Amino acid sequence: MRSISMTDENGQALAIVAAPIDEVGATERAQFFTTRSIKKDSKVHALYLAISMCDLTTLEGADTPGRVRQLCEKARHPVPPDIFNEAAKLKDFPPIPSVAAVCVYPAMVSVAVKVLAGSGIHVASVATAFPSGQSPLSTKIDETRYAVAKGADEIDMVINRGAFLSGDYQQVFDEIAAVKEACGTAHLKVILETGELGSLDRVRLASEIAMHAGADFIKTSTGKIQPAATLPVTLVMLQAIADFYHKTGKKIGMKPAGGIRTAKQAIQYLCMVNETLGAEWLTPQLFRFGASSMLNDILRQIFKEATGRYYYDRVFSLD
Amino acid sequence: MTTKRAQKKSSPAVTSITQKTRLSGAEAPRFEYAPSVQSSDFVQIEKRNGLFIGGKFVEPKSGRYFATINPATGEKLAEISEASADDVDLAVKTARKAYVNVWSKISAKERGRYLFRIARLIQERSRELAVLETIDNGKPIRESRDVDVPLVAAHFFYHAGWADKLHYAFPGQTIAPLGVVGQVIPWNFPLLMAAWKIAPALACGNTVVLKPAETTSLSVLRLAQIFQEAGLPDGVVNLVTGAGATGSALVGHSDINKVAFTGSTEVGKIIARAVAGTNKRLTLELGGKSAHIIFEDAALDQALEGVINGIYFNQGHVCCAGSRLLLEESIAKDFIDKLKRRLTKLRVGNPLDKNTDIGAINSEGELKKIKKLIQLGCDEGGELYEPKTCKIPEKGYFQRPCFFSNVSSSFTLSRVEIFGPVLTISTFRTPQEAVLKANDTPYGLAAGVWSEKGAKIHKVAGALKAGVVWANTYNKFDPSAPFGGYNESGWGREGGRHGLMAYLDVK
Repeated sequence: MRSISMTDENGQALAIVAAPIDEVGATERAQFFTTRSIKKDSKVHALYLAISMCDLTTLEGADTPGRVRQLCEKARHPVPPDIFNEAAKLKDFPPIPSVAAVCVYPAMVSVAVKVLAGSGIHVASVATAFPSGQSPLSTKIDETRYAVAKGADEIDMVINRGAFLSGDYQQVFDEIAAVKEACGTAHLKVILETGELGSLDRVRLASEIAMHAGADFIKTSTGKIQPAATLPVTLVMLQAIADFYHKTGKKIGMKPAGGIRTAKQAIQYLCMVNETLGAEWLTPQLFRFGASSMLNDILRQIFKEATGRYYYDRVFSLD
Repeated sequence: MTTKRAQKKSSPAVTSITQKTRLSGAEAPRFEYAPSVQSSDFVQIEKRNGLFIGGKFVEPKSGRYFATINPATGEKLAEISEASADDVDLAVKTARKAYVNVWSKISAKERGRYLFRIARLIQERSRELAVLETIDNGKPIRESRDVDVPLVAAHFFYHAGWADKLHYAFPGQTIAPLGVVGQVIPWNFPLLMAAWKIAPALACGNTVVLKPAETTSLSVLRLAQIFQEAGLPDGVVNLVTGAGATGSALVGHSDINKVAFTGSTEVGKIIARAVAGTNKRLTLELGGKSAHIIFEDAALDQALEGVINGIYFNQGHVCCAGSRLLLEESIAKDFIDKLKRRLTKLRVGNPLDKNTDIGAINSEGELKKIKKLIQLGCDEGGELYEPKTCKIPEKGYFQRPCFFSNVSSSFTLSRVEIFGPVLTISTFRTPQEAVLKANDTPYGLAAGVWSEKGAKIHKVAGALKAGVVWANTYNKFDPSAPFGGYNESGWGREGGRHGLMAYLDVK
């Protein structure tokens, strides 16, 4: 049991306790969820759910208003309704839902906000010198304020790994708390960048710091570093969320990001959430997938369930 | 085609998807797993099953048969021969003939080749064996498919490798096979126990007469088909099915050189008495009441999975089940809360459903025994927790996973083997007390220790009087690891180099 003394945002003493993790056991438990056999109605249910939990993301230096606009259209209608109805000839399969959010750089927020107005889809923005986080705190706060001012209602920040790995946990905590304050009413997702932390013990510690500092969600990765989201890392974070909930009564959300490409993987994650935190976490308010290429595979699987055959890939747009 | 599908899909279950995916804040999210049932119709089961003697299936001289049932439904699966003393005598004579004329004459390398062939055939027919095991025994298909059958193949592969290398196992010593061995195995892991018994016996050059438990003969008889297919010489392995009387005839037969038994301590004692005064060798693998110690500095979420695996694996029908949980008092409350929540996630039901975590209790008698002990636990003052949300099928023999907290070492439940999904929990204050409590039992088969502190684990493990001690894991089996117990848990070891000694005369 690792206990770290620090002070919270109000100057009060705070002890952050991180349970030790047995890597072998955690990995074995995580692998268990790959053996769940989700078929028929429950598969369809899970696939629809996974779409509604998707954060479609474009985070490239080459992002342009045109690119962001097109991604937002995909977010509204992952597949054109007419095509789905025509293909499936179904009256009883509900329409394909829109995704949960579109995630872009701060400079692109206003474009996304405009396209998504009235759709109910959230606009998330990475801030805080994503993906490295190697900028002064003042810059990070300015960036956060800018994104929020432009209409982002979710902020995906990165933790200061430089501080974390050098043992300056107070700095990590303070930055999260400061960004949380800068967010105002916007939801804060804290990216731990687990691929840079080196052990599941540290994943657990970083999760605890983020949750205590005010994270609404904790998120595995930026997607820029390998490995990104894995089942064991996600499991450890879910268990941290469970313990935090039973201690404080606060429900923190979870977002695995990067590396989840197939519908099959998505279902494994949903089973893991279901059996670790319970079904009450299976809503976009508390669980998200940071995954873009996964969406088309899910659509393909839904078409398959609806019609009994696989569709030609090109039926689904590449955006 | 499309219309047909559309009609099929307009079931109420699919309509509810619309509601579920609307995701309005008002409705509580749910995620039910639809049944995902392993098909079983490809496994043919003979209505009437003979004894396997001399490489052939033969009718019992007794002419008597008994039913074997599917514990998940209570329905009869097939009839099994009841071997009389005459049948057993024939089987032993056949095994003796095969030993003298064939098995002791061929080279060790040749013996190994048969075992390799058997191992490969087990892998090829693994799905069939897993389904049969699940139908006849009640264990979840996930376990028979992912644990039992792969381990069965592993045992044959492992011992195939030893067959021509026995001299290296005991350098400088003379070794010789014992002759004919009589083996009696239990119902909790029918195939795996057959593998634990048959593979080392054959590798060491002995011939075998084996009796499976009366409730679970089918998968072992299927193994006989594999022996035929592998071309194993006739009479090298013989199977006599039946209940206690058959077992007693086998154990008491004058022409066997060794008895190997896995089962209850009660029967083990009877066998020990029967064998006393003869020159038969004896190994016994009996009951257990294994302690599972969790220290406050353990990785608790992983320890929790270890506890679940330790006691609820195979419905708790495991001789080395971690049935006595010892919690350091400082973490007891939190850990018990975690355990309660975890229990609500266990899925009890149709063993053929791939998502079932806990299957059927093997027989009505066992279920009654478990229920009686649960009642006794309540009467003695234990606090019973049974997840109310856990649904169990109406037909068949099922028991919800449960545990008793607030249990003392002086309770009956702490001392007797329940052999079901029932855990007892007591607390301790120091490592010394943990060891004292763990060793406070007539048994000594296995133990588990959880701590992130290496030195503590070594110190505690060294002080535990148990044949197997798992550190930061539980119920891990490997053919190379010797298995066996202290005190009333048995005599001798199975598996690894130690296990070979039980089937060899080492001078």
